[in-house]
Amino acid sequence: MQKRFALKLAAACAFAAVAGLSHAQQTIKIANIVELSGPGTTAGTLFKNGVELAVKEINEAGGILGKKIESSTVDTQTNPGVAKGLTQKAVDDGVLAIFGPVYSGSIMVSMAESKRGEVPNFTGGEAASITAQGNPYVFRTAFGQSTSFPKVAKYINTKAKTLAVIYVNNDFGKGGRDTITKLLDGSPTKIVADISTDAGQVDFSAAVLKAKQSNADAIFAYTNEEESARLLRELKKQGWNKPVIGETTLTGQKVIELAGDAANGAVAHVGLTVDAPIPEMLKFKAKYYQAYGSISDHNGIKGYTSVYVLKAAIEKAGKLDRKAVAQALHGIHVSAKKYPGVIMDVSFDDKGDLDRESFLVEVKNGRQVVTATLPALNAKK
Amino acid sequence: MTDFLQLFFSGLATGSIYALAALGFTLLWQASGTINFAQGEFVMLPAFMMLGFLAAGFPLVLSFVASCVLSVIVLGWLFKRGVVDPLFKYGMMPIVVATIGLSIAMRNAVRAGYSAEPQPFPNLFPDEVYNLFGVTVSATDIGTFVFAIALVLVTQAFLAKTVTGRAMQAVAQNTESASVLGINVPRMIFYTFAINAVLAAAAAILVTPTYLAKFDMGASLGNKAFFAAIIGGFNNSRGALLGGVIVGVCENLAAAYISPAYKDAVALIIFMVVILFKPQGLLGKKVERKV
Amino acid sequence: MKKLGLLAGLLGLAACIFVPTLLKSHGIYLFTYWLIYVIATMGLNLTIGYAGQKSLGHAAFFGIGAYTVAVMMQAGYSFWLGMPLAALGCFVVGLALGFPALRVQTIYLAFATLGFNTAVWLVMRNEEWLTGGTFGINNIARPEAFGVSFDGNLSYYYLVLAFAVVLGLLLWGLLSSPWGKAFTALRDNPIRAESLGVDIRGYTLLSFAIGAAYAGIAGGLFGSLVQFIDPAPFTVEASIMMYLMVVVGGPGYFLGPLVGAAVGVILPEWLRFAQAWYLFVFGAAVVMLMIWLPDGLLSIPDRIRAKRQSREASAARAANGTSGVKA
Repeated sequence: MQKRFALKLAAACAFAAVAGLSHAQQTIKIANIVELSGPGTTAGTLFKNGVELAVKEINEAGGILGKKIESSTVDTQTNPGVAKGLTQKAVDDGVLAIFGPVYSGSIMVSMAESKRGEVPNFTGGEAASITAQGNPYVFRTAFGQSTSFPKVAKYINTKAKTLAVIYVNNDFGKGGRDTITKLLDGSPTKIVADISTDAGQVDFSAAVLKAKQSNADAIFAYTNEEESARLLRELKKQGWNKPVIGETTLTGQKVIELAGDAANGAVAHVGLTVDAPIPEMLKFKAKYYQAYGSISDHNGIKGYTSVYVLKAAIEKAGKLDRKAVAQALHGIHVSAKKYPGVIMDVSFDDKGDLDRESFLVEVKNGRQVVTATLPALNAKK
Repeated sequence: MTDFLQLFFSGLATGSIYALAALGFTLLWQASGTINFAQGEFVMLPAFMMLGFLAAGFPLVLSFVASCVLSVIVLGWLFKRGVVDPLFKYGMMPIVVATIGLSIAMRNAVRAGYSAEPQPFPNLFPDEVYNLFGVTVSATDIGTFVFAIALVLVTQAFLAKTVTGRAMQAVAQNTESASVLGINVPRMIFYTFAINAVLAAAAAILVTPTYLAKFDMGASLGNKAFFAAIIGGFNNSRGALLGGVIVGVCENLAAAYISPAYKDAVALIIFMVVILFKPQGLLGKKVERKV
Repeated sequence: MKKLGLLAGLLGLAACIFVPTLLKSHGIYLFTYWLIYVIATMGLNLTIGYAGQKSLGHAAFFGIGAYTVAVMMQAGYSFWLGMPLAALGCFVVGLALGFPALRVQTIYLAFATLGFNTAVWLVMRNEEWLTGGTFGINNIARPEAFGVSFDGNLSYYYLVLAFAVVLGLLLWGLLSSPWGKAFTALRDNPIRAESLGVDIRGYTLLSFAIGAAYAGIAGGLFGSLVQFIDPAPFTVEASIMMYLMVVVGGPGYFLGPLVGAAVGVILPEWLRFAQAWYLFVFGAAVVMLMIWLPDGLLSIPDRIRAKRQSREASAARAANGTSGVKA
């Protein structure tokens, strides 16, 4: 009697153990480590929304290699120290991939941990130095400043002989200012004003005044979204009618909404925009709106496409192994035909930088209008 | 010269907003010894209240009035009864920390409950721009400044000329004597809190079109308000206006003529100089040290 | 009472030594982070809890310490040279900050220190040649001594623990000495203390200076823990958080910083289950805590004792009263 019972118990335990084990292997764990409070809240929240939307879609379509994705989201408070700790925790928890942080300042610190834990880490950060650290586990989801700025510089050369640079005094803005200064050195365009502004600044009258005083032919504006809106309004108020050129943060949907018709005429080089004339992009825009009731910005696109890139890499590697996936990502070329979720063809190099086509956008009548599509730097036929 | 004037006028407008927040802050301190570290959030909350009313279909002015009423209840009565009264006798530290906690709570409640993103806010004034002697001023700049001055003067007049106002001043100067004289001290203190709530709501409607309604809009506003209050004089309501204007104008001038990166330092330097040489502020009266 | 305290202290120390061995790297990191803030807030507790000053600029010293050590290490000097330099530097700057304290009181002092913090932060952010500006200083190494490397999470934790224990004992010694009494006299009734011959000026300056030195040491340890510093952890907000930690723990209680730093560092981690609302819960919790326990968490034993005493007193009065009537 007792022997039988013991046997049954042992069998039940074994069954449970196997079931438990195989259950543990039934899901692909990813960690979403993003800014949900602090200065990076908007960027982090939208990035997370994109990631979660992609995860939901992939799971509904059967998952990756037959397994569903399980994602968990935590808040870094836009604090690099906290981001570092959370990355460590994710590594401890045995995730396959980490998404975030978005802010360059945070990823620069936390990626030491994903490197130590050998976990592929996707980031929304755009600072050039991110991929210059010799870290084989960091992968971008948007152009680094070193990839996008040469295109901007070339455009500026055609439009202005003298330039006033207005930038925000954080690592994003300063990185951009340093990059553009270096690129324009020796080019036909000369920088005649270098104007720093603060994150969260409200009154731009001094900055605009300085730009006017410098008599520059154009302004290159590199600030975060809300500040861009205020800057554009001040420019309109003080009667600036020369070109205003920027990057994604100058002409985003949010900026247009906040600046009203002061945004008209602004031109930007944009890596990702929901208004790009690509069917997949418009589909994404609609899906995001349906899920969240608002229009995504470039951060949402970053989050969304990166999950599909992960999917492509896992399928290329053929197994759920962190190192193998990271290796598969280097040199990968993901075609939008095979993986519509990446929206545009994208390739990664061995440093984690990505390359794809981008757009020149002008704000007309309160809407982003794509005026040109610029090919990827190393376009494959 | 026109550049200087341009910066000056923009600074006046920004400064008058700091002044409103500073004024409420000063009044609270005088009446109840409360250092309200949530003052910035006290401006942020009415802004979101108004957004709520607007979304429900109220016109702007009605939303403002409704928010004033709601602010008086929440930021005036509830704040006083719930936070200040229990902690009053324990000295400054617990109240300070309680208001710190309150500011964190309010900020994050709005972030989680409403939205993390900045929201546009309708402007009370028309979107026009005037050109006077080569200087561009917007209707908003002028309107804000005039509105703010009016509020400060009205508050000043109320405090100095009406019986209730004088009673409030009495409470601020010497609570014990005031109660001996038969003044209903708790009620006077409540009126102070109520006035602060209304001033904060007014600041909200003036500042939010430019600042944009965001859960953290209170942080920098609060900071500037503190400096403005001290520079102008902590026991004088006109001082708050002066302090605010000084901070607003100097920031702009510093950004243009000295260094944009250190523009906050100018307000700071003025502040430190005032504290070291005239601690009661530019317009304040000397406060005796009590044994 | 003393014996109980000593036993509790030893048990706590034992826990600090053994518990982290059971944790994974994130848990150890969190414990180390907590200990560093304990050191910093110990200093602040001296300034505001024992000496009764108002200081809202403590994070500035935290930052000065961190940058001093980091810059020294970048320049090739050892961690062990940077640390004493950081402590000394902060001590001197703390003395300088004490001077306004001699001239102004309460709210004005609070804002003067706040202004100081902002000024220091501006320098940290703008002087890129020195501090790396907003890019900060990355890849700060962990120290080593006598051939032992403190690079690993656990070994670095023990180093920080050693610092914390030594500094705590030093502070305990200071507070038990006549100097400690002078500080509390300064807090309770400065004019009276002066009339008794206590050098008010000296002790005021000293309370700032020592507090600053502690923060500076904590800052140096912080740099090597996170291995990256930028101006962000040294803002006025951070100072306000440190102030919060001291007051919530219990100003003037020796172990207050332990509790307060735990509330500030570890509580938000625990509250993560509340998802987007976790910081709201934290803020609300702080407000409730203050209303319920204005003297901080460590005032609970005192309150219980006071309640018990008052109950005994009223019982005694009742007994006397009835007996009186009977007579």
